[in-house]
Amino acid sequence: MTVLSITDLNVFFSTEGGDLHALRDVSFDVPERRIVGIVGESGCGKSTLINAILGLLADNGRVGGGGIHFEGHDLTRLGPKEMQALRGPRIATVFQDPMGALNPVVSVGAQMRNIQYRSGLSRSEKDAKSVAILQKVRIPDAGAALARYPHEFSGGMKQRIAIAMALLMEPALLIADEPTTALDATLEVATIELLKELQQDIGCSVLFISHHLGVIAELCDDVVVMYAGEVVERGTTRQVFNNPGHPYAARLLECDPARQSERVRLLPTIPGEIPDLRHRPEGCIFAPRCDRRAPACEARQSELPLQTGHMARCALAEARS
Amino acid sequence: MFSYALKRLGLSVAIVSLAMLLLFSMIYLVPGDPAAVALGPRATDAMREALRIKMGLDQPVWVQFWNFFTGAWTGDLGREVLSDRPVAQVVMEQLPYTLALIAGGISWSVAIGIPLGCWAAVKRGSWADRIVGVLSVAVIAVPSFVIAIYALLVFAVSLRWLPAIGAGEPGDLGDQLTHLILPSLAVGLGWIGYIARMVRASMLEVLEAQHIRTARAFGLPENLITFRYALTIAILPTVTLLGVGIGQMLSSAVFAEIVFARPGVGKLVYDAILTRNYPLVTGAVLVTTVLFVLINLLADLIVGALDPRVRSRL
Repeated sequence: MTVLSITDLNVFFSTEGGDLHALRDVSFDVPERRIVGIVGESGCGKSTLINAILGLLADNGRVGGGGIHFEGHDLTRLGPKEMQALRGPRIATVFQDPMGALNPVVSVGAQMRNIQYRSGLSRSEKDAKSVAILQKVRIPDAGAALARYPHEFSGGMKQRIAIAMALLMEPALLIADEPTTALDATLEVATIELLKELQQDIGCSVLFISHHLGVIAELCDDVVVMYAGEVVERGTTRQVFNNPGHPYAARLLECDPARQSERVRLLPTIPGEIPDLRHRPEGCIFAPRCDRRAPACEARQSELPLQTGHMARCALAEARS
Repeated sequence: MFSYALKRLGLSVAIVSLAMLLLFSMIYLVPGDPAAVALGPRATDAMREALRIKMGLDQPVWVQFWNFFTGAWTGDLGREVLSDRPVAQVVMEQLPYTLALIAGGISWSVAIGIPLGCWAAVKRGSWADRIVGVLSVAVIAVPSFVIAIYALLVFAVSLRWLPAIGAGEPGDLGDQLTHLILPSLAVGLGWIGYIARMVRASMLEVLEAQHIRTARAFGLPENLITFRYALTIAILPTVTLLGVGIGQMLSSAVFAEIVFARPGVGKLVYDAILTRNYPLVTGAVLVTTVLFVLINLLADLIVGALDPRVRSRL
């Protein structure tokens, strides 16, 4: 069973300098009870993708083709009210910055009650549910925590509260937008373990966005590699990490400091930068930075299957595997 | 909240004491003999000397200040020159009128300014936003005495909808309120514009915040997001601004009281200055200072009540 299925999604932003093609032909699935990681450098369209799924694109953004299928709905065709009804109970989100993600002037308990506003439960039932989930994310003295305000908690606790809020309604899909980036390394590990534990407990699927390859490898079942608004490679974590098909994915993995087997003075980088998405090249999007550029790269690339469930958007990929 | 309020109150007492010191220094440093001024040019030296002793002006400076300081804290502001009545009593008689005027001005500005600013921010870029923007600047730019005079001409003289002068019959609340409408509007109209612009700007900032995005991602109703999650934060700078703005409102109250011939502290000070009734000027200024400090204290307490971060910081 697939919980979320994105097919050929295109998103545009109208800007003064013309239309910006932020996502081009993005396709991938999030199967039931699986954790899918999305990896890519800043500006690759991760946040746009989340906003498109949530129906919270900025005013100048629009979906220009493709579909986002979730529990029998095409989210691109739902009205604002129907979308609002899905957000929270069915699709929940944990954002990157735990410091800013919780409202500073509303108590934790009130924020959690407000999230349950459609549940039809009484105030005390809502609070009981809040306390239960806060205990699950190991907030000490969860009952008293309801009366407290976000600034009274540490960064790691705030992120656990944010996770608790997201899982409060037992959603089918949890979107985690770099939930550990703002945390230090020890907290990061603890938070990831907690997330995995809760995911199995609740039985939801997770779409996990990160640029931390180690975290992705640790946590995710499947990986989607994005570059400049396109999916360049996707497959199971094992397939992508052990046998990357797209040159960008391969270079990205080479750049991971954890993969350096010996001491190096300079960490490897990918020269060049993400192209201006207002003037998207017709051929392979990565070609200007690619060290394996070939005549075939001039043409528009389509996804080539490498193995079952493993594809790369590179004309050279099939020859290699 | 209680310890926050207590600390803030202590700070207010310190501010008022400092203001007293400043006020006393100003009176002391102004050239001229208060006794001579009070008695007029035809008084004899012996009469002046007697009054100097009666007023305590023969004492050393620090004793004079101590007497002024302790007197003021116990509500004794001396006696005014013309009628020899206690200054505190005279000022207190006029204070309710000014308080009503200021409260009316704040009510107009808050009741109209906050919804307008909020509306403009939510409908950013729309025609409604632009109209609110233009009107705000317009009412800010017009001085309150101009508004007072034109309001008087239009609504009281031409249309005869509202009374032109006075504060209404004592004891008749309805009559007093109708007499309050025009002067308080004159005092508060510019503030409608200030507040609308402030609220719009801070509302726009708050609506961009990460926690608002989170609230939307949880599908919370837009009304809850706008009023509970965003406006509670966006209103904080406005409350602080209003506390400080009371000073400006008190000065426009002087114009309003003169134009509408209303009793009030502003009118009292104006008349006292014209008749060189210095103890009355000092007393009225001191009372106004205390009023200003108290309103700022109130503003800080409101901010504390709205923002838990402020409560725990002090």
